[in-house]
Amino acid sequence: MSVTPTAMRPPVAADAPRTVAKRSSRSDWRRLWQAAPFVLPNLLGFLVFTAGPVLFSFAIAFTNWDLQRSVPFRWSGWENFSVLMADKDFWLYFANTVYFLLGMPVAIAGSLALALLLSQKLKGVVIYRTLFYLPSFTSGVALMILWKALYNPDFGPVNAVINSVSDFLHLGVKAPQWLLSTANLVGLDVEKVAFTGKQFGLGARDAIIIMGVWTAIGGSNMLLYLAALTNVPQELTEAAELDGATNWQVFRNVTWPQLAPTTFFIVVMSFIGGLQGGFEQARVMTNGGPAGTTTTLSYYIYNKAFEEFQIGYASAVSWVLFSIIFAVTVLNWKFGNKETTY
Amino acid sequence: MSKPVKTILAYVLLTALALTMLLPFLWMVLASFKSLAEVEKLNPFPTIWHPENYLSVFQQVPFARYYFNSVFVASWVTFLTCLTSAMAAFAFARLRWPGRDKVFQLYLATMMIPGVVTMIPNYTLMVKLQLLDSYAGLIIPAAFSAFGTFLMRQFMLTVPSALDEAAEMDGASPWQIFWDVILPMARPGLITLAIFTFMGNYGSFFWPLILIKSEHLRTLPIGMLFFDTVYGRQTNLIMAASVMNIIPLIVIFVVSQKFLVQGIQMGAVKG
Repeated sequence: MSVTPTAMRPPVAADAPRTVAKRSSRSDWRRLWQAAPFVLPNLLGFLVFTAGPVLFSFAIAFTNWDLQRSVPFRWSGWENFSVLMADKDFWLYFANTVYFLLGMPVAIAGSLALALLLSQKLKGVVIYRTLFYLPSFTSGVALMILWKALYNPDFGPVNAVINSVSDFLHLGVKAPQWLLSTANLVGLDVEKVAFTGKQFGLGARDAIIIMGVWTAIGGSNMLLYLAALTNVPQELTEAAELDGATNWQVFRNVTWPQLAPTTFFIVVMSFIGGLQGGFEQARVMTNGGPAGTTTTLSYYIYNKAFEEFQIGYASAVSWVLFSIIFAVTVLNWKFGNKETTY
Repeated sequence: MSKPVKTILAYVLLTALALTMLLPFLWMVLASFKSLAEVEKLNPFPTIWHPENYLSVFQQVPFARYYFNSVFVASWVTFLTCLTSAMAAFAFARLRWPGRDKVFQLYLATMMIPGVVTMIPNYTLMVKLQLLDSYAGLIIPAAFSAFGTFLMRQFMLTVPSALDEAAEMDGASPWQIFWDVILPMARPGLITLAIFTFMGNYGSFFWPLILIKSEHLRTLPIGMLFFDTVYGRQTNLIMAASVMNIIPLIVIFVVSQKFLVQGIQMGAVKG
């Protein structure tokens, strides 16, 4: 269930056997009869646990359903959504979710840089590839608990290193409070959800972003870039080099355009994954705090549904989240696809 | 820049980056062998090694039980997912039947929808079916994968159609074609799907978190969370538990690297 689908990739393989144009309805039934035992086990499960719940979830988003039955059930129309729009918490959590996307360009650029390094014909690249891939492969609760210890402001190794470097060079730097701090890189104020500059610094959100970049940088995106790099025709880069192009010019004018479809795919998938992320980090590392600064929309949905049992309201939030993801994906297709045709 | 200088520079960069990836893991392993007082100190190696930390984990929480639960649930989910996905993929890739493409489009359409959308109705469904707090509740909803069907279909489409046409001429039934012709050819895909499914469910967090209440049904991630909440100040023991949590993953990774890399490059992404 936790595997991310990739519906948008063009199929690698040839098309399915073409359907024969002329056929009688009797052979239709025969073919259906033949296919049914293969497809039904999966299809039934799919209808019961995926397609059905999607419709059901949409319906309960328009109710006040409360699992603890503290209020009588009724259809509430658009009420959940109007409450949501006026909900100050929702906007903070939305801002948090967007803030977490800041790590995305860093992670993608990092993946590309690692792939470029690994694609140099060097000995031992498989070992390096394995080491880079290790964090993403072992990612999960255990690593989040590890990072919580690393970030501990009093005895964690991260601040120990920062403090000793600062002392050694007499910089007088005050190490960040990391997961305990509401500070952030753009000076976003928790109370007003506005840029006041007072909260400037490194805080819980940045800690989670740094961990995320460390986890993702050598992961599947790097492998996708590696595969794409092997497909860049060597004649092209060699011809450019013969014409006296610098390394950077070769990359900018030859390699980068060739990688565009891969970059596009990675950006689309990163938005989809990023916008619905942050749940595990919040649950394991911060409980969404301090002051709600690490609560993302998915953690908010979890809290509303499974801590407060307001599943009507939580479903409404989940559909708002889906709408955001859908809109962003459509925008990506609209504007991103243009650049992939060169 | 001359060639050898560039090569040396590349190695320096690669090594520095690899160390960045490794250092947190190293700290974790070393901390798991330290005494609690020493975890807070900067010395990299423990002055006295405490392998008994690992035993203490088993004494404080039923860690072996967590292990068993995770492996048990992940194995069942993997087996069922591979079976149902491969069968459905066969029907989508190799059989012709009315409505086939419509149904497949429905599968694709739902893959964009975030997991949290279906999580709430599935939870209420489990309440109705009285599967809360049970192995069945952990296994059954996870056993039907649109993604798995999609991945297996991709692999099966690469099998030349002359193969099953020849088998059909020889009078083979669809079942025989499935078992004896297509499935052996799609084995790399099946292995890839099996690894992804196992890994995904071994580390699965959201669903067990809302479904499981009893201690004896906790899977590793839930057990780890509980251990961290209750005994969170014993950093050395927490790190020992974390090490034990990720060792099976590293073993699987080393054994199956070839399939994983191939699978990811064919469009599978670990979430």
